[in-house]
Amino acid sequence: MTTSALIMMISVQLIVTGITGYFFFKVLNTPPKTDNNDLDELIDD
Amino acid sequence: MANSDSWGTRVGLILAMAGNAVGLGNFLRFPVQAVQNGGGAFIIPYLVCFLIMGIPLLWIEWTMGRYGGRKGNHSTPFILDEMTRLKFWKYFGVFGIFTNIGVAAYYCYIESWTLAYVYHSVMQTFAGGTQEEVSNFFVQYTTVGYSTTGIPFESIIFYVICLALNTWILSQGLQGGIEKVAKVGVPLLLIFGAFLAVKGITLGDSNAPDGCTDCNSLLGLNFLWEPQLDSLLSPSVWLAAAGQIFFTLSVGMGTIHCYSSYVRANDDIALNAMSAGWMNGFVEIVLGASIVIPIAVGYLGLDWVVENAGFSMAFQTMPYLFTQWGTYLGTIAGGFWFGLLFFAGITSSLAMGTPWMGFMRDEFGWGQKKAAWSFGGIILLVGMPTVLFFQQGVFDEYDYWAGTVSLVVFALAESIIFGWRFGIDRGWKELSRGSDIKIPNFYKPITKYVTPIMLLIVFLSALITPKDNNWEAAFKGNWELDASSIIGKIQNKGIVANKTWFSEYFESELSGEVTEIAVGVTGKTRVQISSQAQFYKDGAGNPRKIYSESKKEELADVIYDSLVVSKTYRFDKKQEILVKEGDQIELRDHLAKGSFIHNMFYTDMAKLLLTLLFLFICYLVFKATKRRERALRDQLDSEGTKND
Repeated sequence: MTTSALIMMISVQLIVTGITGYFFFKVLNTPPKTDNNDLDELIDD
Repeated sequence: MANSDSWGTRVGLILAMAGNAVGLGNFLRFPVQAVQNGGGAFIIPYLVCFLIMGIPLLWIEWTMGRYGGRKGNHSTPFILDEMTRLKFWKYFGVFGIFTNIGVAAYYCYIESWTLAYVYHSVMQTFAGGTQEEVSNFFVQYTTVGYSTTGIPFESIIFYVICLALNTWILSQGLQGGIEKVAKVGVPLLLIFGAFLAVKGITLGDSNAPDGCTDCNSLLGLNFLWEPQLDSLLSPSVWLAAAGQIFFTLSVGMGTIHCYSSYVRANDDIALNAMSAGWMNGFVEIVLGASIVIPIAVGYLGLDWVVENAGFSMAFQTMPYLFTQWGTYLGTIAGGFWFGLLFFAGITSSLAMGTPWMGFMRDEFGWGQKKAAWSFGGIILLVGMPTVLFFQQGVFDEYDYWAGTVSLVVFALAESIIFGWRFGIDRGWKELSRGSDIKIPNFYKPITKYVTPIMLLIVFLSALITPKDNNWEAAFKGNWELDASSIIGKIQNKGIVANKTWFSEYFESELSGEVTEIAVGVTGKTRVQISSQAQFYKDGAGNPRKIYSESKKEELADVIYDSLVVSKTYRFDKKQEILVKEGDQIELRDHLAKGSFIHNMFYTDMAKLLLTLLFLFICYLVFKATKRRERALRDQLDSEGTKND
């Protein structure tokens, strides 16, 4: 592989893996909401 | 019966949404698109399109879905009705049910191939076969009436099994069916994909046939990732990237709306959408790019892959390549590859069942099981022509109208509704409700202006695609329509011979030489038409095409002129062959005499069936509207009576 192809592949794959991991980590570490039912009635459309 | 389902866990929802987006296209369409559009440079427009079109569309659909769900609507007709308060738009929402039925009809067929190929991989059907034999196996499998296993009507049986499995899972509900499958299927898909990707990257030239100088998986990776920056100036590359983003995310279908409609009113959707969307990107860019192309190049060479890269590689090339890995590893790899495609397929097809079910449960009070089995029944009815007449072009016709054009039309409509009718400020407020991430404000103008304009460009480019996708020539004034453009399709520009439904003669669709006439294993007479081309054979005897002058010089000692099979026709015993081996034929020359039903009949019937399906759903929406009006009148009357 040429250097430019290698850099392109590794950088893109690392960025995409990193962003995916970041969002999934955030999902796993955000506590669930408990106020859904109470707020349903208050929603103004 | 109240439609009060909800997701069990947040991870389950994200995996189901990711499974919905991850499909066969992640492993087959993306690498082929990248190969055809500038290799590594394709990723730049791809990521740009993801940021300015993909992410806004995901947010639009998640928002519309949760908003609709809160109002008791779980399918697009009445979600649009609720958002626009205009009668007209709910009929646009019909696309959100129609597309899913139209696509599921043929998608379940592909899914059934993967199931059948898992079986054949485990049974080692492909062991010892040549590349041509393994490739022909697919043709035999899709020939109704011919059995590769001894099971009569094998392709129909596998299709029905697959459809029954989908229907049964759907009948188990959101938490008990779809979510469970997603929690098992998506992780397995990732494991299978990772195994094959590592194998693809590390294959190198260790399995290169003797004499093959470009059989090296690293050459495949190099070709995929080498930036060809000049391709960034090509409109066709940008359009291909926009198209890929569009199809890979499963937007414009109505499935995301439906899944999201079961999210509770104040639960996050912004972060969930990002998580599922990027997971799809991970599967596509990291895994999808590292399997088919590198492995195929490792055995068949770069020239071959550049010339032959396409959807058919999954079923006609990969099984042969896996047999080269030996009995055990080959069996495991085959099982993993088709297992991966199966999980990618089923997590998508399950999503396609939910809009119909949501609609029937909301509007007609159907129970979960009744809604699920009715979906299975409709798919069987609409999908059977794709199984029976696959080789006559019905499958492709469904894919084009239901799986391509409808998606773009619906996505364009919903982006306009969200940004302009519902209102971007109102939409943003809805999106931000309960959000676990800070949504960048610059996405507001992007969602309102850039995304609809991008979608309009994608739609117009599909409507008037210039010949051979050559936009440079088109902008210089030579705007001849391509046969694949929407207008070209309506005009049947791609049909150059056999232009009637029925006839006594079968015409050749190309010029060339008749190189073989033989009776195949299916009992039909095979007539091969070949044309002259330069190519060479490698040390293993595999035909290899040359696509660059430099390569030709490098391999001058093995290059020679020869005939390449361009088209193979199959005729029944009752049809008389009018040509013999060695004949030179021209376009529209008669090849056979007898009673013929041409592909045009089947494709026209497919169009008719899809139109009837669309009208049927329109009728159901009309009926549902009347039911709602009657219910409202009854409610007002009863309130009036109470007040009196």
